[in-house]
Parts: sequence; C-alpha cells; structure tokens
Amino acid sequence: MTNPTAIGVKRLLFALLLVLLSAFAAAKEAAPLAADEAVEKRMVSISEELRCLVCQNESLAGSHADLAQDLRREIRTLIKEGKSDQEIMDFMVNRYGDFVRYRPPMKATTYLLWFGPFLLLASAIVTLIVYLRRRGGRVAAAAENTLSPDERRQAEALLKQSESK
Amino acid sequence: MKRFLIPLALFVVLVGFLAVGLKLDPREVPSPLVNKPAPLFELAQLAQPEKKFSPVEMKGKVWLLNVWASWCVSCRQEHPLLVALSKSGAVPVYGLNYKDTRADAMKWLSQLGDPYVISLFDGDGRVGIDYGVYGVPETYVIDKAGIIRYKQIGPVTTEALQEKILPLVKELEKS
Repeated sequence: MTNPTAIGVKRLLFALLLVLLSAFAAAKEAAPLAADEAVEKRMVSISEELRCLVCQNESLAGSHADLAQDLRREIRTLIKEGKSDQEIMDFMVNRYGDFVRYRPPMKATTYLLWFGPFLLLASAIVTLIVYLRRRGGRVAAAAENTLSPDERRQAEALLKQSESK
Repeated sequence: MKRFLIPLALFVVLVGFLAVGLKLDPREVPSPLVNKPAPLFELAQLAQPEKKFSPVEMKGKVWLLNVWASWCVSCRQEHPLLVALSKSGAVPVYGLNYKDTRADAMKWLSQLGDPYVISLFDGDGRVGIDYGVYGVPETYVIDKAGIIRYKQIGPVTTEALQEKILPLVKELEKS
C-alpha cells in the first residue's frame, strides 16, 4: 500500500518543479530584449508594420510562428548592420511582396484599393441625388393634379363612409 | 417588373464577387521574385556537407528548386510526384532542405526516395528568407539565365505539373 501523504508530497514536488521550469521558460523568452533595448525597440516598431505570412492576421511583432521569429532575427541583424527603416522595409518587400506591408503603397495596382471606397461613396451620393430629384418631380406633379370640387366631395363621402363603418 | 431587375442585377454581381473570392487562396501571395534573378547563395550539400553548391553552377540549364523539410506534412503529399518527375528525366530537381536537421532529412530521403540531384542544407532558413519562402513546400522554376520564371506555393500537384510546370520547362528549354 502506498502512503497517501507520500503521494501528496510527490505531487507537491512535481508542481514545484513545474513552477521552477516555467520561470526558466520566461527568462529565455525575455533574454533578447535585455541584450540591446534600442535595437529591440526599432525591431518591434518595424515588425508591427509587417504582416506575418504564415498567420496572415498577425503582425510580425506579435506572431509566434517560426518564420516570424526568423524574420525578427533578420531585422535585428539588419539594424545592427546600420540599415535604415526604409532599407529594411525594402528588404522585406523585395522578398515577400507588397502584401507583407500592412499599409500598402500607392501605385497603379493598388489604386482600386485606395480609392474604391470613395468611388462607392460618390456613386451612392449620385444615386441618392438622382432618386430625390425624380421623387421631387413626381410629388410636384401630384400636387399640380389637384382635385376638382366634384371629386373632392366624392372623396370626402368615401372617407366618411369608411369612418362610420 | 423593372423595380426587381435592379436588386436582382446587384445580387448577381455580388454573388459573382463572392464566387471569385471563394476560389482565391489567401495563402497564395504572388511572389515579387518571379521574373527576377534567383538570389545567389552558397550552401553545403545535405549528403556531403564538405561539398558546396551555388546556383551559378546551373547557368545554361532549366531547373527546379524545391524547398522541402522532413517536418513538413504536405511535402509528403508531393513527394511521389517529384520522384516520378526525376525518374522521367524531364527536368533536374534540386532540393533546398529548409530548417531541418541533417539526420531527419537523410532518414526521410532514404524512406521515401530521393528525387533530388543534390539537396542543399539550409538549417537556419537564411537562404529561405532570400527566396521569400513562407510555407514549405515551394517550388521554383529557374531558366537558363538564372531567372525565376514560376513559383509553385504549396505542394506540386499533377495538374500544376502537367498544365504549368512541364509546358513552361519545355518552352524555356527552347530559348
């Protein structure tokens, strides 16, 4: 028979071990930040502008994908080599295309992307104006067709009839 | 009747857009490297680490560069096709073993067959970055002048091979 307290102690030791291990894991992740804070800050500000291509809705800064880690390492190296932010951005675009940028550049292929919403808004406004004008015309025409005294009496009689019912 | 025609037409247009959208694969990002010179590198070979390889050696030949890894699941899917392709001798296939370990990669090749003339070992994925690799497997068709002519993202399929890659290789070999 195993002693229940012995099991309890074993479990406690195991839990303690896990806690200690998790401390190691955290320390490992934080290490690069301490290495060079200025480089790290620039790396983060650049990588926040870049899309992680593996998990497309995450930025390169926030992604845990393997490729994102490699690319962050690459950005760090480029920063240490003294490359400017623009040069680093070009480095990424040359390899992965404009899609890698969260702010796409303005050029012939992206005009629709940039101006499409305004185009839609403009066409909606034009449609609205045309519709309102036509309706205004119809209302005016209806106002012109006023009833003759005879028709008015007839209409009033009909209204009364329906009221009394 | 006419008042229903306009909403109907709008609906049909919307359905058209959605239908096209369904067929688009958001993972297929057009590579800016197509029609640009293949990035140069020098890497150790997988099987013989003491020997180096550089794409410069391939000048004057049409060849495929297939990025693969033993940890990559869809590489298994395309692998039989590559083995058959290499047996047919239609085009030389070179491998870029991406972020792998030599032991795992060698084991994988001995188990599933080795379609590659040479596999190059890119352990840290540095060359992969130059080639804009973001999802293994990827396959590049490179022409005689060392220019990338086509990039297959994801596994090579029979259709891609028959309809795109092989006709392109034939055409490139004529020039």
